[in-house]
Amino acid sequence: MSWLPQSVSGRIYASLLLILAPAPFFFEWINQPFYLDLLSRALILAIAAISLNLILGFGGMVSLGHAAYIGIGAYCVGIPSYYDYYNGWLHLGLALSVSASFALLTGAISLRTKGVYFIMITMAFSQMVFFILLSLEEYGADDGLVIYSRSEFPAWLSMDSSTSLYYWIFGLLLLSLFFIHRLVNARFGRVIVGSKFNEQRMQALGFNTYRYRLVCYVISAMICALAGMLLGNFAGFISPDMISWARSGELIFMVIIGGVGSFFGPLVGTIAFVLLEEFLSLITVYWHLIFGLMLIALVLFGKGGIHGWLSLLDRRGGGHG
Amino acid sequence: MDWSLLITQLLNGLQLGLLLFLLASGLTLIFGIMDFINLSHGSFYMIGAYFCGSVVAKSGSFLAGIIFGLAGMFAIGALVEWFIARKLYRADHLDHVLVTFGLILVFDTLVHLIWGAAGMAIPLPDALNGQITLGSLVFPVYRLLIIFSGLIVAAILFILVTRTRLGMLIRAGASNRTMVEALGININRLFLIVFALGAAMAGLAGMLIAPITEASIGMGNDIIIVAFVVVIVGGIGSVKGAFYAALILGLIDTMSRSYLDALLKLAMPVTYAETAAPALSAMLIYILMAAVLAFRPQGLFPPAGMK
Repeated sequence: MSWLPQSVSGRIYASLLLILAPAPFFFEWINQPFYLDLLSRALILAIAAISLNLILGFGGMVSLGHAAYIGIGAYCVGIPSYYDYYNGWLHLGLALSVSASFALLTGAISLRTKGVYFIMITMAFSQMVFFILLSLEEYGADDGLVIYSRSEFPAWLSMDSSTSLYYWIFGLLLLSLFFIHRLVNARFGRVIVGSKFNEQRMQALGFNTYRYRLVCYVISAMICALAGMLLGNFAGFISPDMISWARSGELIFMVIIGGVGSFFGPLVGTIAFVLLEEFLSLITVYWHLIFGLMLIALVLFGKGGIHGWLSLLDRRGGGHG
Repeated sequence: MDWSLLITQLLNGLQLGLLLFLLASGLTLIFGIMDFINLSHGSFYMIGAYFCGSVVAKSGSFLAGIIFGLAGMFAIGALVEWFIARKLYRADHLDHVLVTFGLILVFDTLVHLIWGAAGMAIPLPDALNGQITLGSLVFPVYRLLIIFSGLIVAAILFILVTRTRLGMLIRAGASNRTMVEALGININRLFLIVFALGAAMAGLAGMLIAPITEASIGMGNDIIIVAFVVVIVGGIGSVKGAFYAALILGLIDTMSRSYLDALLKLAMPVTYAETAAPALSAMLIYILMAAVLAFRPQGLFPPAGMK
């Protein structure tokens, strides 16, 4: 059965997806709707982390402003809903087109810079979005905006119940994983990964690395806006706080915990992040202390994140990675 | 035009600019010399305020609060350098961002543990609580003191950087670190001093602002981003650049908040202007930074010899 994942880590990820698939029915059965909420939120953030991993992990572009696209996606649900436009296709189309245009515009400027300057300029652009939303009195400014009803889709696609919303999330998660996997393994992805390691060589081979990176940045932003659109629907509430630079920092952490530049790393990283956050905050109000120390220890000692640890199993088991 | 309002706003802009300079000067040196991105520099600002507040509460003397606060911040800066930052200088920038982001969480929670969740007000001595009246112009004495001490610290720092051996090493480190090491300078000690000095200055900024805003958890997390804007606009590693950029940004920020809506009303309907002005004035410094990064990434006043 050659289509089965050969490596230990691959099997673990495949089993994880198999466990996630029937989750709503399991939580309904044990009557714990709270855990479904927790899992839905984790998977939404996982989509955002997966999108960030495309530019950060595969492309080497460290963006400290990716939460801006979550915010753009969420406001593309919130603002039309405020005017009683609940059509889901409209929300989806807006989220994709607004995020793509914003990413094209800001990416074209940001990608002229490298390294630490790129970190700072992406942060600057997300701060601009933050302050624009903060000043929109009509849409609640810093108090945010309540969304009274979820995006409307045809009955078979409805996201009204928490179970159907979960399958929206799960479906888009699988789609983004699949899409990014195909993308990275195509010529396009080879160029992106190649220019992370040696840009001059890629240019010498005749690739316009700037353009490849820009397209990659726009794709990443659009996937992240999908996460934002789901988050707006899931939370039923949007506020500029979704975009603050600390949110962008957390997104980077989700990617790092899981393992930079691996396909499933951001997914397990985000689930670990959200569960840890939830679990620690139950124990003590001072949970940020433990959390912060764990993050520091992870960077200082735990190279490769969860994916890195799982890959150790592969080598021990002799599987082909 | 209301001239006394204009002068008051100019002084407020100057005050903000000098506070930003206190934060950004350390940040730019740490950034320029060690090539280290310290997001937790804003935590030093917060801890300085709490330190000073505790000492003032015990001793009743604001001056004692500042002196003990400075010493305490120097020690904390040295500890952070010794145990954490030092291990990361050779790592890449992403690791810096992550570790110092973790440090912010740790420091915020430690302050919560030690001083509680509520903010801490710092009472001012009566001598500083008054106001100075000049014709129609009324300005609080304490704000003038902030401006005055900011300028003095800037002058001391300027002399330190341009006229002393330590300053020469700092400048040399910012331009070419490898060369300084090759000349046999104990680079670790230099790094430690620069880091601790930066922490002390960030702490001082926190101590100076706390009597106005009171010390609170997370107070450094917004201003640190503005301080980064100052560092980038001024040119990484340049104290002079940080000084000019801090004043420019402080003035732009303060002036646009008070005058931009009047300006916009000339060009567009009043309701649009009233919505657009606050957004635009808050965004202005980030727009400036994006423009600098796009067209002159080395900053407006880069340190000599840096490419």
